Amino acid sequence: MSYCSRNDRRWHRILTLLAASLAVLLAFILLFLLYESWPFLSRLRFEDGPFQNPGWYPLEGRFGFAPMIFASIAVTLGSILLALPLGLANAVFLEFYASPIIARGFRLLLNLLAGVPSVILGLWGLTRLVPMITQWQPPGASLLAAILVLTLMILPTIALTSASALASVPFDLRAGAAALGLRLNTRILYIMLPAARPGIAAGVLLATARAIGETMAVLMVAGNVVQIPSSLFDPVRVLTANMALEMGYAVGEHRASLFASGLLLTMVVWGLSWVAYRVGSTTRRPHTNG
Amino acid sequence: MAERVFTSVIIACAALVVGALFWVLSDVVSKGFAHISWAFLFSEPLDAGRSGGIAPILVATLWVLVIALVVALPLGLAVAVWLSEFAPKHLRSTNYTRITLDILAGIPSIVYGLFGNAFFTLYLGLGYSLLSGGLTLACMILPVFVRTCESGLRLVDDDWRRGALALGMSRPSAVWHILLPAAQPAILAGLVLGIGRATAETAALLFTSGYVDRMPESLLDSGRVLSVHIYDLSMNVTGGDDAAYGSALVLIILIILLNALAQCSADSWFKRRLNKA
Amino acid sequence: MSNQNLPTYTLSEMKQEAVCCTPTPILQVRDLAVRYSNKAVLSNVSLDIYQGCITALIGPSGCGKTSFLSTLNRLTDLHPTAEVSGHILFDGQSVFDDTVDVLALRRRIGMIFQRPNPFPLSIRRNLELPLKEHGVRDRYTRQRKIKQALEDVGLWQEVYDRLDGSALSLSGGQQQRLCIARALVLEPEILLMDEPCSALDPIASNVVEKLIMGLRGRYTVVIVTHNLAQARRVANYAGFFWLNERVGKLIEFGHCRQLFEAPTDALTAAYISGVQG
Repeated sequence: MSYCSRNDRRWHRILTLLAASLAVLLAFILLFLLYESWPFLSRLRFEDGPFQNPGWYPLEGRFGFAPMIFASIAVTLGSILLALPLGLANAVFLEFYASPIIARGFRLLLNLLAGVPSVILGLWGLTRLVPMITQWQPPGASLLAAILVLTLMILPTIALTSASALASVPFDLRAGAAALGLRLNTRILYIMLPAARPGIAAGVLLATARAIGETMAVLMVAGNVVQIPSSLFDPVRVLTANMALEMGYAVGEHRASLFASGLLLTMVVWGLSWVAYRVGSTTRRPHTNG
Repeated sequence: MAERVFTSVIIACAALVVGALFWVLSDVVSKGFAHISWAFLFSEPLDAGRSGGIAPILVATLWVLVIALVVALPLGLAVAVWLSEFAPKHLRSTNYTRITLDILAGIPSIVYGLFGNAFFTLYLGLGYSLLSGGLTLACMILPVFVRTCESGLRLVDDDWRRGALALGMSRPSAVWHILLPAAQPAILAGLVLGIGRATAETAALLFTSGYVDRMPESLLDSGRVLSVHIYDLSMNVTGGDDAAYGSALVLIILIILLNALAQCSADSWFKRRLNKA
Repeated sequence: MSNQNLPTYTLSEMKQEAVCCTPTPILQVRDLAVRYSNKAVLSNVSLDIYQGCITALIGPSGCGKTSFLSTLNRLTDLHPTAEVSGHILFDGQSVFDDTVDVLALRRRIGMIFQRPNPFPLSIRRNLELPLKEHGVRDRYTRQRKIKQALEDVGLWQEVYDRLDGSALSLSGGQQQRLCIARALVLEPEILLMDEPCSALDPIASNVVEKLIMGLRGRYTVVIVTHNLAQARRVANYAGFFWLNERVGKLIEFGHCRQLFEAPTDALTAAYISGVQG
């Protein structure tokens, strides 16, 4: 008996140590990001911070992130604007229109799309989408191409999370709406979608976090010119692509500035996940005070 | 009228997505299939990858994956077991561990690449190597794996736990013989998720395992994985598109094969456990 | 308390005689059977629902009373696995005809559910949406009807100053009365009520019960209830359902007083006297 419990306690201790190693890992990641970006951060002043635009000329010591931050935001917003209505429509199709067999197949397809490696979507965008856009509005590799490829990437996330949010709307509401003789489109637009809003919003925020952190697909189709785009057809370079492109040869303060942009990106993604968590946990249900 | 418009819009959207997916897949499969052959799989790349094969790249991919799994699986399972079985239920440290996991899961992969470059390649002096790449990937898939396993263990009926303890089993052996087999589906799901992520990952490996496309001689040697190969061929090598599509098809097939393998081995392992117990 | 209740009781008795002296059936149900994914839940039900009367359906849980109600307005369509056979004639037309406009049918046959289910919208929107949907375009007509419906359920005095507040902020009893108003605003001919008081506290339940009694004559009401006293207080006709070999059956149907005071079936007598209740 005492042997048993001593054995238990030893295991407990070992496992606790292992779990603690996770915290150490997180601390390490943050520490190294800070340590590596310190040469850049320590020289940062508000008047000539990264949000001013001295231009991105790392070899001359001018590190203006503004165009890349702008590009990241533009690409992310654009893909959300496209993927949100499409994803919602797909979720509605899955929940209300598809027969059980079709719904299963459709779900499988969405999961398949979600599982396609981003580098393959990038390859496809580069060799298919970009030439098509080139014919229409050169140069082709552009903000638009990045938005389209990214839309394809985050669409399954939005569709699947929204579908499960719709599925978890209380059956009472569904039956109540049907019993009033409301048409299916009215039921969906005015009752089901509003009732599923918290779940949908959480899914969209997660998709946003994924879109803003995505590197390869955007890197391959966006053209990677550091500039604030004036139209959808201008090539842009996003923050993640910048890191991937320049880490290979960056040294000194240049390298530090890349780590700083990584730190910034991480903070933004954490912020989004936190909001998603808060939004997702505020479920609104009727009969709470019944 | 309004209803008909609504219905057609919904069905059109669904058709659009299905169409886009089939477009992508058919492109990858048809172009990839044209380029793929046994010789492609088993020979060295020539002319920056335009011709020749992908043998060293496959080897590097598998090594990086093996390292990532060997590190992440036991560690991840241990942490999941700790969280669901041993961790003090309402204590802050338990909650903090969960938050830590969620934070880790949220870090973009390119940032893992930066960290891996700073820590494994430079600070630990592993250089651009399969080992740095594998360890970086291990850090990346660990949080997702732990979370999936933990939720699976949590779903195991409490009666089984009580039953095992009432029989005088020690908690470690209860975990080993009863709880882990019972949580098999979730562990498998976590494994599949981890394999999918690790095999598809590019950004985190660019600056940790490197670009070198010759056969790696040891774990401390640099090696180019499939996804990096695809990226390099399509972006930096003019005329490399066909080989890129060939590699893309191989990558997809590899992911499917690995998932099937994970399924089979998990099945047989757990079956043995259940029979023994 | 009992003194207060007594006059209401006799009053309703008087009304009952007045309205239902020459009963005309509005719904005729013949040989109705319901199966969910090939499992029979209800079989061989035949009864008439008389216009302007209140019909109470009693019986133990799970004996198919709710399924019976759902067939009347074809809410069974929501369950993909539900199969309904038999006939229901409403105004001489079969409810299950393919030519029947289901939406119009549901407008004419309203339904109240066990748990209040106001939509997560404002109080006004809850009533406005069904009106708009069924073609009441004029705003002033809508406002008049909304006010009328809220007055009918005695809610107007309580909510007229917060019509644009969320319906979910109402108390449980208020929510249920709002749901009744939502059904009444469409001026249905029949109201189906599925244990409308069972999720409410006694006071709110009393208010809703009075409300239901007030509907007699203007509407045909079919009410499922577990509360035998309530059934006895409100109903003109009563039907008793029982689970026979795991399938719900209608055991006895007739005048409420007769069913409660001189049941013909031994099962009914036993249930009513509480032996098997």
